[in-house]
Amino acid sequence: MFDQTLAKTIFGRLSWESFPIHEPILLVTFAVVVLLGLGILAAVTKYKLWGYLWTEWFTTVDHKKIGIMYMILGIIMLLRGFADAVMMRLQQAIAFGANEGYLNAHHYDQIFTAHGTIMIFFVAIPLVVGLINYVMPLQIGARDVAFPFLNNFSFWLTAAGAILVMISLFVGEFSRAGWLNYVPVANLQNSPDTGPDYYLWALQIAGVGTTLSAINMVATILKMRAPGMTMMKMPVFVWTALCSNVLAIAIFPVLTGAFALLMLDRYLGMNFFTNDLGGNPMMYWNLVWIWGHPEVYVLVLPVFGIYSEITSTFSGKRLFGYSSMVYATVVITILSYLVWLHHFFTMGSGASVNSFFGIATMVISIPTGAKIFNWLFTMYRGNIRYELPMMWVVAFMLTFVVGGMTGVLLAVPPADFVLHNSLFLVAHFHNVIIGGVVFGLFAGMTYWFPKAFGFKLDPFWGKVSFWGWVVGYWLAWTPIYVVGLMGTTRRVRHFDDPSLQPWFVLAAIGALIIGVGIVAFVIQIAVSIKNRDKLRDTTGDPWDGRTLEWATSSPPPNYNFAFTPVVHDLDAWYDMKDRAAQRPTAGFQPIHMPRNTGMGVILSGLAMVMGFAMVWYIWWLAIVSFVALVAFSIAHTFNYDRDYYIAADVVTDTEDQRSRLLAEKA
Amino acid sequence: MLLIIVPVMILIVVFAWRYRKGGDGTYDKQFHHSTSLELVIWSAPLLIIIALGALTWSSTHLLDPFRPLDRISAEKPIDRNVAPLRVQVVALDWKWLFIYPEQGVATVNELVLPVDRQVRFDITSTNMMNTFYAPTLAGMIYAMPGMQSTLHAVLNKPGEYEGFSANYSGAGFSDMRFKLHGVDQASFDRWIGETKASTKTLQTPQYLALEKPSEKVPVARYGSVEAGIFSRIVNRCITPGTTCMSATMKHDGKQHGLVPPRGGEHQHGAPPEGAVFKEPHEIAPGTNVTKPRDPKPPGNQAPASPKNRDISSISPALARDGSIGA
Amino acid sequence: MATPSTDKAETSPTFYLVEESGHHHAASGGSTLLGFWIYLMSDALIFATLFATYGVLSTSYAGGPGPGELFELPLVALNTAFLLFSSITYGMAMIDMEAGNQRATQIWLAITGLLGAAFIGVELYEFTSLIHEGATPQTSAFLSAFFTLVGTHGLHVTFGLIWLVVMLVQVGQRGLNADNRRRLVCLGMFWHLLDVVWIGVFTFVYLLGVLR
Repeated sequence: MFDQTLAKTIFGRLSWESFPIHEPILLVTFAVVVLLGLGILAAVTKYKLWGYLWTEWFTTVDHKKIGIMYMILGIIMLLRGFADAVMMRLQQAIAFGANEGYLNAHHYDQIFTAHGTIMIFFVAIPLVVGLINYVMPLQIGARDVAFPFLNNFSFWLTAAGAILVMISLFVGEFSRAGWLNYVPVANLQNSPDTGPDYYLWALQIAGVGTTLSAINMVATILKMRAPGMTMMKMPVFVWTALCSNVLAIAIFPVLTGAFALLMLDRYLGMNFFTNDLGGNPMMYWNLVWIWGHPEVYVLVLPVFGIYSEITSTFSGKRLFGYSSMVYATVVITILSYLVWLHHFFTMGSGASVNSFFGIATMVISIPTGAKIFNWLFTMYRGNIRYELPMMWVVAFMLTFVVGGMTGVLLAVPPADFVLHNSLFLVAHFHNVIIGGVVFGLFAGMTYWFPKAFGFKLDPFWGKVSFWGWVVGYWLAWTPIYVVGLMGTTRRVRHFDDPSLQPWFVLAAIGALIIGVGIVAFVIQIAVSIKNRDKLRDTTGDPWDGRTLEWATSSPPPNYNFAFTPVVHDLDAWYDMKDRAAQRPTAGFQPIHMPRNTGMGVILSGLAMVMGFAMVWYIWWLAIVSFVALVAFSIAHTFNYDRDYYIAADVVTDTEDQRSRLLAEKA
Repeated sequence: MLLIIVPVMILIVVFAWRYRKGGDGTYDKQFHHSTSLELVIWSAPLLIIIALGALTWSSTHLLDPFRPLDRISAEKPIDRNVAPLRVQVVALDWKWLFIYPEQGVATVNELVLPVDRQVRFDITSTNMMNTFYAPTLAGMIYAMPGMQSTLHAVLNKPGEYEGFSANYSGAGFSDMRFKLHGVDQASFDRWIGETKASTKTLQTPQYLALEKPSEKVPVARYGSVEAGIFSRIVNRCITPGTTCMSATMKHDGKQHGLVPPRGGEHQHGAPPEGAVFKEPHEIAPGTNVTKPRDPKPPGNQAPASPKNRDISSISPALARDGSIGA
Repeated sequence: MATPSTDKAETSPTFYLVEESGHHHAASGGSTLLGFWIYLMSDALIFATLFATYGVLSTSYAGGPGPGELFELPLVALNTAFLLFSSITYGMAMIDMEAGNQRATQIWLAITGLLGAAFIGVELYEFTSLIHEGATPQTSAFLSAFFTLVGTHGLHVTFGLIWLVVMLVQVGQRGLNADNRRRLVCLGMFWHLLDVVWIGVFTFVYLLGVLR
């Protein structure tokens, strides 16, 4: 008894039984992850890269490197999230009638929860934030973001959340309450296990990171634009990034609040969302969806910006209807805050309330439709070059309008009373998220990759990846639309009706074809690195771009611009090329830059340890790490020496080298 | 909606082809603004949404599940003199309990309805949030603990249909299914008679046993039902000795003097103590329970086999009692 | 940020800021204040969430005690006075900071800190006596919401106090340099926001609660 008490005091509820040693799927995954991890660690040690990684990457405050780290995090988590997706599709393809499939409910429920959570919070958000981080400061002609340290800290908080989710795969278990951790399933009495706690702590930590990052980006856009760049001369991507981040600031506090209340329920036995003692589970649904619906626009608005930039660049034309595009973005931002109730028309809020939210939802399709038309008329009378990014745009436009149409259909409450929670709905949001957000992210990655690394991505494997995604998407989700219309519900592990099986088999094949797309993408990066000399771009402007990021070298020097550009017109770089602006080649000055710091890694690491300790009820560790967190934060404020100057001759050297490269090309 | 989507998709393809580099479209890089086009771009969707919005407003009110029906089917008007058949639906973890208060019978996972007669479902839940959904009945509404929602529906064609929960509610959710039998009035009356003859009764003790989580529960029929049991379920005072929510609310409205807080062991399903307050020895180990309790792995077993109930199950003793199913 | 001429009519417009002295420095004071404002708005939204939650649950007594039986207005009024006065004394500190009087600034900051500590002390006293009477946060949804809303505000004030102590040390070490002035302005905005939130708490929770 005493030993037990001691062990529980030290380790909380962590015990040998917390490790899934009896679960073959997890065991094999664990072995693979450990082997891969050890391999990477060994390689890093062997080539003595630790110092390089620490000083050049982990502690960096350079928005470009932070952006790249966000992208790497997002792509790694995409692989995890996709593995979950394949497991679900396989289960649903075989679990009919007498066949129970290969996953029991306990396992299956964790998988669909983890899939949704990871795909939104640790794939889509890092990829979108990463692109904004990389591109936006370049587009506004800035040398860094408004708060460079905060940027590093935000990234590591997001990474800490992701690591916590990954730990849950091998230590304990993840939530089984759906991607928004719905109560009452996630209440303490229904899920006393570690799952919802992992979920809550991971997302709380990552959520703080996202909020801080959004504040940073808004301050950057408002304060650090190049001279002459008025609001209505900002590139569309900057506009959409601004709206997206403003929206993120407006919604993430609500999510933080809702999760904090659920934590209080679970840790202090309070009664916010309990079934008894006056608690109200419906309130949780309202709060999380006040976050949840606008979140979709947080993701999709910057991606609309990406499509705008690409369409205009590859059509060789200024974007059609720039100002109407901007207004459409702003209108979507505002409206997205007024539609959350359409996620639960069936809660019985009454016909008038339901109609209001239904109509508000439909109204969003007007500015969205305007955007589609604007892209269409940008292509009209254009001179369209079908490089890979433009292919993604056309695939997006064709796919997304279908998703938009099914969305308007679902916004009609009487239709939703039939289709709510059906696979039709699931197909709809995958239609807009894959066909909208994911296609756009791939377009953006292909488009800006040469800027970040100085060479283009291999077009052959890019096309394989493109067709894998496009064909795979349609093959995987058309059958799901069909079975959804027939009344099949989401999150079901086992079906009785064998006539549905062929559809699910088709969907599984589609998922595997998407898998080909993902693998081809990874191969594409590897092949491109191998052939980087052939794919090299020395001009810094490989696509004949129109915005300021193409005005500097690829990859840009860490100060971005030796002299801050002055903006006279929309599409500033195009304007500069058009009027033959000369790049200054002498008279460089020292440049004031922020200094790297390891504090972001330390603070986020402590936050992660605290989260882990709280999940496992290891109270002493939680207290220690919390106190350390506060102490280190305070210590950080005593460091007043946060910046340095890049000497003028270093700048001169860098710029001279670029002059040489440009001269060679010419 | 297809009115605008199809032309747009065609235009995308046409423009994408016609204005490709080296294609036959004219290249005019100055074409980036046109007031008249902008007007069309914004007004065409706006008009569609205005029409659709009006349609939405009226249809949402017309088809509100809380509102009694206007007609039995497209041809048949409703007879205002015939009161709707009342069925009380309770979503339990993880099965459906149907109480026919007027007939005084109840069933588990089986719903029998007469065709062409309006039915009023009063729906609640004991613990999880579920959605009561039978696709043939058109329309669904949440079943929520401590809440009563209402759905009006009618069945037009006799036959056997599927019903289930359309809102994920935990481990046994996938198999939270029931059979919906649509029969004519005479067969319905006969079925009521047969059910009444069943010796099983649904009193508080049987209900409390039934309420415990279980999966893949076979059909059960109860010949008699304790009066007022549904209202006690809704008001969360099914356990003897607990105060009903309705009574608490009345008291809350008055506010006289300091009363000892409701709670203690009488509380129906009182929330557990918060994690922070647990003594070390009270902390349950966080085991990974993905491992099935049955040594046999899941798969290829008969759907109703008790071996599938590896997460939760009715205790065999209760099943033998006959208080629940087979 | 310098604004050069952007006149298009010029024959050869400038496309680069050649004459700049490389000061285009990231964390300039202006963006810190803006960024902190935005942060405050996000914090205000957390409070908005808690207020909304309290609004929904404010009558869910679950048979437990209600506000009329629990709240002692005189005590809360005293507390409100502490916090409001602390805002005034912070304002005095800011006036002295602008005038460059380091000593006076420190004294006013210390008084602000003492008032804040008194506020926290009274709040802790109120909470312990409530819990003593059996009105714990676990009793009912109303009490959960009450303790969470008021407690979150209290935690913010506690955090503000820690920050204030840190600032006293830093002003002592380095004087009123540009960094410290900026931080004091940020802390001031934070402190006044908490004051505004407390006025909401006082009205919405205590006054309306007792009236109910």
